Amino acid sequence: MATQHSRASARLMISPSVLLLLGWMLIPLCMTVYFSFLRYDLLSPGTEVFTGWDNYYYFLTDPSFNDAVINTLSLLVGVLLVTVIGGIGFALLLNLPAWGQGIVRVLVIAPFFVMPTVSGLLWKNMFMNPVNGVFAHITLAFGGQPFDFLGQAPWESIILMVSWQWLPFATLILLTALQSLDQEQLEAAEMDGASWLNRFWHIILPHLSRAITVVILIQTIFLLSIFAEILVTTNGGPGTASTNLTYLIYVQSLLQYDVGVGSAGGVIAIILANIVAIFLMRMVGKNLDK
Amino acid sequence: MGQITIKQVSKSFGDVEVIPPLDLAIEEGEFVVFVGPSGCGKSTLLRLIAGLEDVSSGHIEIDGQPATDLPPAKRGLAMVFQSYALYPHMSVRKNIAFPLKMAGMDKTEQNRRIDEAARVLNLADYIDRRPGQLSGGQRQRVAIGRAIVREPSAFLFDEPLSNLDAALRVGMRLEITELHKRLKSTMIYVTHDQVEAMTMADKIVVLRAGNIEQIGSPLELYRNPRNAFVAGFIGSPKMNLIEGDKATAFDASTIGIRPEHISVSTDSGDWEGTVGVSEHLGSDTFLRVSCEGLDEPVTVRVSGDIELNYGDKVFLSPDSSNIHRFDTQGLRIA
Amino acid sequence: MARSITTKQKAINTAVIWVLGLVMFFPIFWLIILSFKTESDAIMAPMEVLMSGWTMESYDAVNRRSDYFKFFSNSVIIALGSTFLGLLIAVPAAWAMAFVPGKRTKDILLWMLSTKMLPPVGVLIPIYLLFRDTGLLDTRIGLVFVLMMINLPIIVWMLYTYFKEIPVDILEAARMDGASLGKEVLYVLTPMALPGLASTMLLNIILAWNEAFWTLNLTSAKAAPLTAFIASYSSPEGLFYAKLSAASVMAIAPILIMGWFSQKQLVRGLTFGAVK
Repeated sequence: MATQHSRASARLMISPSVLLLLGWMLIPLCMTVYFSFLRYDLLSPGTEVFTGWDNYYYFLTDPSFNDAVINTLSLLVGVLLVTVIGGIGFALLLNLPAWGQGIVRVLVIAPFFVMPTVSGLLWKNMFMNPVNGVFAHITLAFGGQPFDFLGQAPWESIILMVSWQWLPFATLILLTALQSLDQEQLEAAEMDGASWLNRFWHIILPHLSRAITVVILIQTIFLLSIFAEILVTTNGGPGTASTNLTYLIYVQSLLQYDVGVGSAGGVIAIILANIVAIFLMRMVGKNLDK
Repeated sequence: MGQITIKQVSKSFGDVEVIPPLDLAIEEGEFVVFVGPSGCGKSTLLRLIAGLEDVSSGHIEIDGQPATDLPPAKRGLAMVFQSYALYPHMSVRKNIAFPLKMAGMDKTEQNRRIDEAARVLNLADYIDRRPGQLSGGQRQRVAIGRAIVREPSAFLFDEPLSNLDAALRVGMRLEITELHKRLKSTMIYVTHDQVEAMTMADKIVVLRAGNIEQIGSPLELYRNPRNAFVAGFIGSPKMNLIEGDKATAFDASTIGIRPEHISVSTDSGDWEGTVGVSEHLGSDTFLRVSCEGLDEPVTVRVSGDIELNYGDKVFLSPDSSNIHRFDTQGLRIA
Repeated sequence: MARSITTKQKAINTAVIWVLGLVMFFPIFWLIILSFKTESDAIMAPMEVLMSGWTMESYDAVNRRSDYFKFFSNSVIIALGSTFLGLLIAVPAAWAMAFVPGKRTKDILLWMLSTKMLPPVGVLIPIYLLFRDTGLLDTRIGLVFVLMMINLPIIVWMLYTYFKEIPVDILEAARMDGASLGKEVLYVLTPMALPGLASTMLLNIILAWNEAFWTLNLTSAKAAPLTAFIASYSSPEGLFYAKLSAASVMAIAPILIMGWFSQKQLVRGLTFGAVK
């Protein structure tokens, strides 16, 4: 069916998407790189001067940069651990014969559809608030001292919120993958004398590996850019305790109006994301060629 | 209506030449079967005729008119696909009506033709169902129905029976042959199954690696295979192809002898051997006999009531008038 | 084939998964409960909250805020606009890649996926400045465009995997049956692709509705959608739990319902077709 004519029209049909995406990627990217070498104050336009690597120097030596990188990575690793391990557990449980599976599934995946700002405020006020939150009420009922989650353990609290949002995603995907596992394989393994643990380790887990890869990939894309949850709960604080790279750059450029340093931060964020991405794309690229 | 001429047509995918230039003439009303092992280019050849692939060079004429550059729809051909290719979102009736609707035919004529096709193919019981609710055999009928309502100048069948189970396959084989007798239209049928080729064809085209090995009626191919490949491909069970001393005795590099042209005796004969596995079909029994000096056992057809057991000594005598002789190139020695 | 399972075992399983489901859903459940309480009841201990009276006053209060409807309609316009625009551009591309695959199709698809790897914050400043200079800042058009762009790779991928599943045979059959390209698309391709189109649309509405980086950074008053409206509750004055709950329930309800309907297709969309 692939005739000359259809090839030409195919190219014509693909090009709008490609050109738009290319423009969307390249134009801002070049501008970011360009700005990162300028002293550029948003409040006094027209005074831009070339400053070489100053912005990078400033951004990289800023003590909050270290915190931000550590927070970004710890959130990534923390949430991935919770969601992947939790997701496998949830998926295995939800796959067992039980009454009301459909309804439970709907309940479990619901948090994924909650917009980030709602999720942030919900946890901050209704649950983690040291006076009125559900957790505080429960601790008091048992005679304990309420814990100030966002004051004492802001980053762990945010990891908890984000995990709550993404655990459903991992569960849903792993459950779908689990349901495509050939039952006869498991029965064959059982006949071969494999215990439940053996079956999980040698058959179920390898079968899920592709889905796990995908979960890690997709979540990484989103987790590196967590923003709204921080904005509505801690504003990055106390200090820089809950600032990640995305939030730090936002503060630099749109709150402190320092476009130059913000752009340098942007370039560094891109480089960091690419290091993660190259690593991930290798994995996925292989997995996508079935 | 329904005469197709192929002149020096070739097809390459990139650097790979699937079909070297070939010529073929298909006469009006003929039932032509393209047969060959998988990858021999038979489906590609059919798709070139259909217009679903562009030819790399050469010309195709349909009813004397040049058709090489015509789009598939303008060639007046109908095709039945291996996967049936029914439209899953349309009922059986709508599926059959689709080509008529595309041709802009008026409703009453559409309905007349659909009802006629439904009657011929016994579709009436499920005419309002969707393809998803039909069995394989029923889908096959719908696909044929969709082809016949167009009253095309020729039908193209691309391995239409290969997705059916064995019993249905025999039934559909008869139905398609019957359809051909009744409609008298040209039919081109692609298959890898030589039984289908033998039972259905007026003319068989044996293909290997894009080349036509032989063209002829089923019995011509059976009686006078042009080379060892055709000899081995046509006929069931396969012709025994024997090399070595036993072939040299007949002045040939290879001799071919069909299982039905060998007689068996327990006391005397030309070749001595030991009975291996035998397959009892009831009316016939096929013996696999290992003979000294031969790498492979010889298959022999004997009558179903012969009592021979594994390990028995037997003597085989080929019927000398039915021995096919081939030279070192595999070509028939006249 | 499956072995029979004892009722007792099934009951245990049922109990376990229901506990899981209820724990995961509890925050949303609580949000719904609080939205029907008075402000002073909403901050009481959980048991007392459940015992207290029910009221719609928070919903009234949120609706009375003259601008609530504006945020809501901004969300609708941005989510629908970016989805339809995205489909318009992605359908031809996905069609071509699925049915006329070339040597570079796979590369183009992977490249599109890789654009999702570009962290939005890396291009925040240029987009912000470009939007400011072109007057697109705080406009719905601007957000429609941005959200269309960030979701375009997902749309293309998702449609591609759906189109891929339509057997080429059927399109060829249509061609043999005399359908022109237009009719082939209209009568055969579109009906067969409709379920895929619908779920692609649904997923993208969900993603656009919940997007909270660009919508927060590129809007202030005029074009702000519900994500920004809810964010305005982050610096509260006085008692606000019940009103926040009511506003949140209204903001998430449509998407929650859509999400539940599309959970099967969601998996495929979110995994770029890698898990079905």
